[in-house]
Amino acid sequence: MQSEIIRVMLADDDEDDRLFFREAFEEIKIKTSVTTLNNGIELMDYLNKPNIVLPHILFLDLNMPGKTGLDCLREIKANDTFKDIAIAIYSTSSSDEDIEETFVQGANIYIKKPHDFVMLKSTLSEVITLNWQYHTNGLNRDNFLLSI
Amino acid sequence: MKLYLKFDINSICKKVLQEQLDSLHLNYTVLGFGEVELNNSPSKETIKKLNQSLNDYGISVVESHKSVLVQKIKDAIVEMVYSDEKLSTSKTSAYLADKIGQSYGYISNLFSDVTYTSIANYIILQKIERAKQLILTNELTITEIAWKLNYSSVAHFSNQFKGATGLTPSAFQRIIDKRKNNIRNI
Repeated sequence: MQSEIIRVMLADDDEDDRLFFREAFEEIKIKTSVTTLNNGIELMDYLNKPNIVLPHILFLDLNMPGKTGLDCLREIKANDTFKDIAIAIYSTSSSDEDIEETFVQGANIYIKKPHDFVMLKSTLSEVITLNWQYHTNGLNRDNFLLSI
Repeated sequence: MKLYLKFDINSICKKVLQEQLDSLHLNYTVLGFGEVELNNSPSKETIKKLNQSLNDYGISVVESHKSVLVQKIKDAIVEMVYSDEKLSTSKTSAYLADKIGQSYGYISNLFSDVTYTSIANYIILQKIERAKQLILTNELTITEIAWKLNYSSVAHFSNQFKGATGLTPSAFQRIIDKRKNNIRNI
């Protein structure tokens, strides 16, 4: 039924996290193509290349060397080219201040990294399904906030 | 100064649709919300062109019978959620079955197949989206919003809001307000 493939991107400096993330998407019902980048600097270099296909949804680890997730978020939000990308923060922290700060800076989703694979799969599936609803129903993305 | 605007989505859609159909010199009748009868059969090229120009407005031509039906279900749900008449939740299935003219079992399976979500979840999604809009206009209190959206209590509304967003209605309001101030300060 779904003609469009959802383009998912992740920037995370932890190799295991990137691996689990890719594997989780292989088992999720919605069709996705997943690209992973190794840190914030690589991510921003990639996004700023001319004529690239932008992701529908971007997952950002908060703690990365060089450029943190928050640095990337601010750069992305300051650039109109990226206004249609949904931003999901993907972090080990679950402090209320971190959550609120990233939302205020323009993130749409805040995910506390789950510790087991089954939870990871169901969390990512929920996020991608909800994002799909916003994408296909023309809902107002400015009001899209999800903390999970 | 701040202006608050009200939209009539039906009129906007109809106007946009008419302008685009006219610009392609098509002979048509608008049948109602989301349906247009073309009086002669235009080429596939023309339909494609129409679809492309409508896409800029977030409107698209739906193709298969299943997608048409799902769109009708979605429209009926949006109409239900945005109508100010009270509708008890137990009657939702009967309302939708009646509106679509198919059994609820059939439409609910079809809906899940096509959209990756259930009718029940879609209704919650739309209700929460409406609640967000109401929260952001600052005209109604959380209690009044819960009542307007037909929740049995404020607690039920807050719980459903939290379940859908991970945030309480007041945290949502605070974040969006801060975000607006943040943008203004840059």
